[in-house]
Amino acid sequence: MAASLDANRPALKEIFMDGVQNQKKTKEEGRAQRNAPFFSSLIQDKRLRILALWVAPLVFLALFYFYPMGSILQASFARGRAGPAATFIDALTSPTERGILWFTIWQAALSTALTLLLGLPGAYLLARYEFRGKSLIQALTGIPFVMPTLVVAVAFNSLLGPRGWANVALMDIFHLPQPPIQFANTLVAILVAHVFYNTTIVLRMVGDFWSHIDPRLSQAAQVLGANRLQTIRHVTLPLLIPAISAATLLVFIFDFTSFGVILILGGPRFSTLEVEIYYQTISLFNLPLAAALSVIQLVCTLALTTVYTRLTANLSRPLSLRPRSFTQRRLSKGRSRVLATTFLVLLLGFMITPLLALAARSVTNVTPQGDQQGLFSNLTLDYYRELNVNPRESLFYVPPQTAIGISLAYASATVVFALALGLPASWALANGLSQDNESGNGSAKSGLLWLNRIFDPVLMLPLGTSAVTLGLGFIVALGKPPLDLRASPVLVPLAHTLVAFPFVVRSLTPALRSIRPRLRQAASVMGATPRQVLRYIDLPMVGRALLVAATFAFTISLGEFGATALIARPEFPTVPIAIYRLISRPGPLNYGQALALSTILMVVTASGMLAIERFRIADVGEF
Amino acid sequence: MDKKNGLQISNIHKSFGKTQALAGVSFEVRQGEIVAVLGPSGCGKSTLLGIIAGLESADQGEICWNDHSLAQVPPHRRGFGLMFQDFALFPHRNVFDNVAFALQMAHEPRQKIQEIVKEVLELVGLPGFSERDVNTLSGGEQQRVALARSLAPHPRLLMLDEPLGSLDRNLRERLEVELRGILKQMQQTAIYVTHDQEEAYVLADRIVVINNGKVEQVGSPQEIYLSPASEFVARFLGLNNLLPGEIRQENGDFILDTPIARLPISPRPPGRVTALLRPDAVHLNGNGRFQIQGTVTETSFRGSMSRIVISVKNIPLQFNFPSYIQVPQVGEQARLSFDPDQALQIFAEGTPGPDSAPGTSSS
Repeated sequence: MAASLDANRPALKEIFMDGVQNQKKTKEEGRAQRNAPFFSSLIQDKRLRILALWVAPLVFLALFYFYPMGSILQASFARGRAGPAATFIDALTSPTERGILWFTIWQAALSTALTLLLGLPGAYLLARYEFRGKSLIQALTGIPFVMPTLVVAVAFNSLLGPRGWANVALMDIFHLPQPPIQFANTLVAILVAHVFYNTTIVLRMVGDFWSHIDPRLSQAAQVLGANRLQTIRHVTLPLLIPAISAATLLVFIFDFTSFGVILILGGPRFSTLEVEIYYQTISLFNLPLAAALSVIQLVCTLALTTVYTRLTANLSRPLSLRPRSFTQRRLSKGRSRVLATTFLVLLLGFMITPLLALAARSVTNVTPQGDQQGLFSNLTLDYYRELNVNPRESLFYVPPQTAIGISLAYASATVVFALALGLPASWALANGLSQDNESGNGSAKSGLLWLNRIFDPVLMLPLGTSAVTLGLGFIVALGKPPLDLRASPVLVPLAHTLVAFPFVVRSLTPALRSIRPRLRQAASVMGATPRQVLRYIDLPMVGRALLVAATFAFTISLGEFGATALIARPEFPTVPIAIYRLISRPGPLNYGQALALSTILMVVTASGMLAIERFRIADVGEF
Repeated sequence: MDKKNGLQISNIHKSFGKTQALAGVSFEVRQGEIVAVLGPSGCGKSTLLGIIAGLESADQGEICWNDHSLAQVPPHRRGFGLMFQDFALFPHRNVFDNVAFALQMAHEPRQKIQEIVKEVLELVGLPGFSERDVNTLSGGEQQRVALARSLAPHPRLLMLDEPLGSLDRNLRERLEVELRGILKQMQQTAIYVTHDQEEAYVLADRIVVINNGKVEQVGSPQEIYLSPASEFVARFLGLNNLLPGEIRQENGDFILDTPIARLPISPRPPGRVTALLRPDAVHLNGNGRFQIQGTVTETSFRGSMSRIVISVKNIPLQFNFPSYIQVPQVGEQARLSFDPDQALQIFAEGTPGPDSAPGTSSS
């Protein structure tokens, strides 16, 4: 463990130094202490220090979120004849838009509930039990989440769509004239894709947290006379609530703002706010209505986040986390073993089959009519070969490896930006809200609570923002002075950072909050400077969370489509953009190429995930 | 003595909301001295350590080292050590890296760190534990790692917060003596917080008794035990035979009038007082100067001694005898003799006794 941590440290430190303001602060503090007691006491004031941590994240948000969003909303409303207020009234009274809003809400709620239903038992099994192949299962279940929406949609199509494996096989066996499974363009498709997509969030966020909770707490409850159900209700659930509510919120917001899945799998019958914004913007050029819908979507997310922040502020408490080796046991009883195995096999099957179908489909030439020689005689690498051909001598053609290179470069930049901004923000959040009984008087603490209550939802804003609107905002606001970034290669990573930022903060804050203040004090008494405390206590202890955060940032960047589609320069497409270009062209060859490129992206992200997963396993003794 | 060596704590006040944790605590710790801070749970002991370490700020008062105020010195520059009651071991570092922490922070050479860590681990009886994961250690082992960690940098002041609390009695008694040996051998200046008087007797050069955020008494272990300065101190030390009384002068003799008897004593100023009858200064059936008689209501065998409770005129009194003495059974009559001047200690009511006002007995 020590070795891997050490290997990890320099890199983490580099990342950290980039953005953390309080490093400099520490030096100033030292100087002030020698010179003027007044200044030192001023800077020692916890409130000011926390405020300083907020500077970088807030400046970033101001420049790359509020400024573009403000510009686009202003521009949009300015085009309307009726003025913003009337546009809102129109949007809220029109039966179509109300129907869309209502559908957006209930499909998100239903998807979230289903995701929890599947994710929580999985999280329990992975958190509490040790069994063979567990690390592989954990790695595999992580893959769907990192898949771009486009790939997921394509994957489900290749499994259950009219020309998907299931239908082709059934037609072949029973000699049916029509595909028997109606999956595409149904509500079921949307729900299944959402659950497929987001179960990982529950497995990760809840499972990780669960795996570190001391099982003796439950045992203590049982010794005190609580039965299984009471233990779950009064001990386990309350302890897990911060993790569960964080996961639920994220899943809900994801489903609420779902775009690619609905666009491709839902078909024309279903439309969420985000899809509607896209239609109104791109197809109908009704920018005022699109802007009004963006604001409505934003308000909904903001309200949710605010409620969530209020709740977790009261619910999370420092826990002494145990190492995983301590909390896990083997599956013993025959019946529970069978149950667990069945569940895991089903879970894994659900999460992997579509992706396998995608990969298989990308190397198969399926011709639905005739050809009785069977399905497996048509193996082909044509689609992959075709990727390297530029048939129409297109100016914007890029070979797949270039697109992958561009995607990886953007993703790496996103990781650096997101961590550099996310760490100070999470640190400020964690310290302002911690039940720090060892320090501070009541008024300072409530002052910080107030500060964090405002900033916390603000950080989540980009998540609830329509990617399409944001992309347009970037084009409108950042394409002209004073901030002209049109030609800059950082534009895309900046947009991705906005989307990744809330994830980074959400992953880091609970981990930082769970570090007992005592440990920092102990280090400090033993002569560790504030900077050393950060480096040797906080950073190593949140190592796992950092990794999770980095993974989030990396994969979000790899898969981001909505905003990238608008702001990426045509000669520098990311992989999802390249896939979309292929999908939108007609013909089985283009579809096949889309499958092939999707498969490549899947392999790239999956191997990245597996590498990280290996690293995580090596880290077991961390808490 | 112009310049004071060691730690000076003067008039520390600290409140949390409406509860006052410390209300004007003052005492000193001289260089090389072990001072035990003794008091019941929740008397503000840990808060005091937090303030000395610089982890908390006092509302009022001052902490000085060698007469220099520490008000502007942050915890990591104070050069103190604190062993937390809950150990606060770093769960992400093994035993070695926990113990080496302070030395690593000070950028000591690797070679030196290894030597010191090895040495202190041996000192606390954990040789060969270097590579162990702290999370897998037993409570007692964790405690010793925490102790080793606080000893390793040889801080100019070491504060120990109930350091032996989670050990079994045997180990604790052994470590009490060993710990004193270790601290003395290292000439370690130390503050030792405990609620266990015996631990304090064994370990400390001087004891500071704290109650409700106030210093009740400062003195050597013998002074504290033999002449508790107040009713609180007496009771806290397990000396429960406290009797209300009044001193009168009758025909030239001084008499202490208590509910159990009128006791002849040596000359003292008359007035209302509280008298302590020491539990170990009486003889069973002996021929002491004064005798009382009562019914035995309780007996308990405690290994090296036996305790009996005797009801004298409906007032229960506790007495300890060596276990080899045959004590009467419950319900039997017992006759006890004692010398009032030896067995009695007298406090003026409400104020600390005249023998030993707080602070004065520190020589």
